[in-house]
Amino acid sequence: MIYLQLLWVFIKIGVLGFGGGYAMLSLIQHEVVDHYAWMSTTDFADMVAISQMTPGPISINLATYVGYTTAGFGGSLLASFALCLPSIIMVYFILKLFMNKKSNALMENTLKGLKPAIAGLIFAAGLSMMNTQNFVDFGRGQNNISVVICVLVFVASYFFKANPILLIVISGVIGFFAY
Amino acid sequence: MKKALQLFLTFFRIGAFTLGGGYAMLSLVEKAVVDQKKWIPTDEFWDMIAVVQSLPGVFAVNTALYVGHRVAGTKGAFAAMLGAIIPSIVIILLLATVFREYRDQPVVERIFKGIRPCVVALILAPSLRMIKSAKVTWKTAIIPIATVFLIWWCKISPAYVILAAIAGSLVYAIVIGRKTEDGGRRTEDVPSPQSSVPSQERKEAES
Repeated sequence: MIYLQLLWVFIKIGVLGFGGGYAMLSLIQHEVVDHYAWMSTTDFADMVAISQMTPGPISINLATYVGYTTAGFGGSLLASFALCLPSIIMVYFILKLFMNKKSNALMENTLKGLKPAIAGLIFAAGLSMMNTQNFVDFGRGQNNISVVICVLVFVASYFFKANPILLIVISGVIGFFAY
Repeated sequence: MKKALQLFLTFFRIGAFTLGGGYAMLSLVEKAVVDQKKWIPTDEFWDMIAVVQSLPGVFAVNTALYVGHRVAGTKGAFAAMLGAIIPSIVIILLLATVFREYRDQPVVERIFKGIRPCVVALILAPSLRMIKSAKVTWKTAIIPIATVFLIWWCKISPAYVILAAIAGSLVYAIVIGRKTEDGGRRTEDVPSPQSSVPSQERKEAES
């Protein structure tokens, strides 16, 4: 049963995953945390951190991780394969159908129209992770270090395009000394 | 067969050592496939990437599949795809096993208490940068705002939101395509197409 669920979830994400790894991250979050409750919101945050720090496509990293924690080694292979399956099927159709200029332009324009919605999708994923499980010291009359980390990382990432891996490492060091 | 093996090794190397996801690996793929092995001419490579970029799914996997298919058919497509994903799977399996073992250690718990708020910021920042690059105006800001409201507040599945957005964008893309003679290629000249539902107003403004 769990195998079928993994298969269905990741095929769906492979079909609807427009706009890169972060867009898929928000789809995965909905399925894994909200819908099936395979993971808590902190587990999800930890998984994203680990997936971001390791080489390779983040969505494959996430699929492998989700598959492994829910159904072991077999689950990890199945989830990654399911995520690739729509792409494998499409390679044969797209090559024939979409390799001409006109339909390619249609695809590009569709994607451009889709972009603001995908941005909203990703923002929503970030918002739903803003809770007291991920911000442990929030509203407890303490120093609110978690909020400080979040704001500083946001500024460093948005305005200065700082390396995410470096930011994760620094935040980990701050966490080690602060908590 | 030799080509398939070379494809596997090329994408394996890229998959094992490229941090930062799909786009970071693109220049490495070009270097290997276009410059060194000369399997695909430069123009054709970038035309192909333009198509692959607008497809759903994992960008690195799609790139591997198309390059592999172009170079060595079905065998090549699978060899390149496996090369691109096997390093990820192996590394994550190792890390997940180790993490499961040690995550209850107080030290690890402290480190991750610092990392979690960082992850939240690392998700919010690119979404805002994306809104900026999509040239969202005050008028079209309703789209990302409505998306956030539907998913975060109403807990509607992002899958439905994407399907609705695709339908709207497709209609809009067809309208844009009709208005430009060369099938909508000159999209830069047109007011940026970010409305998923083209309003009457917008049509008038364009004509």
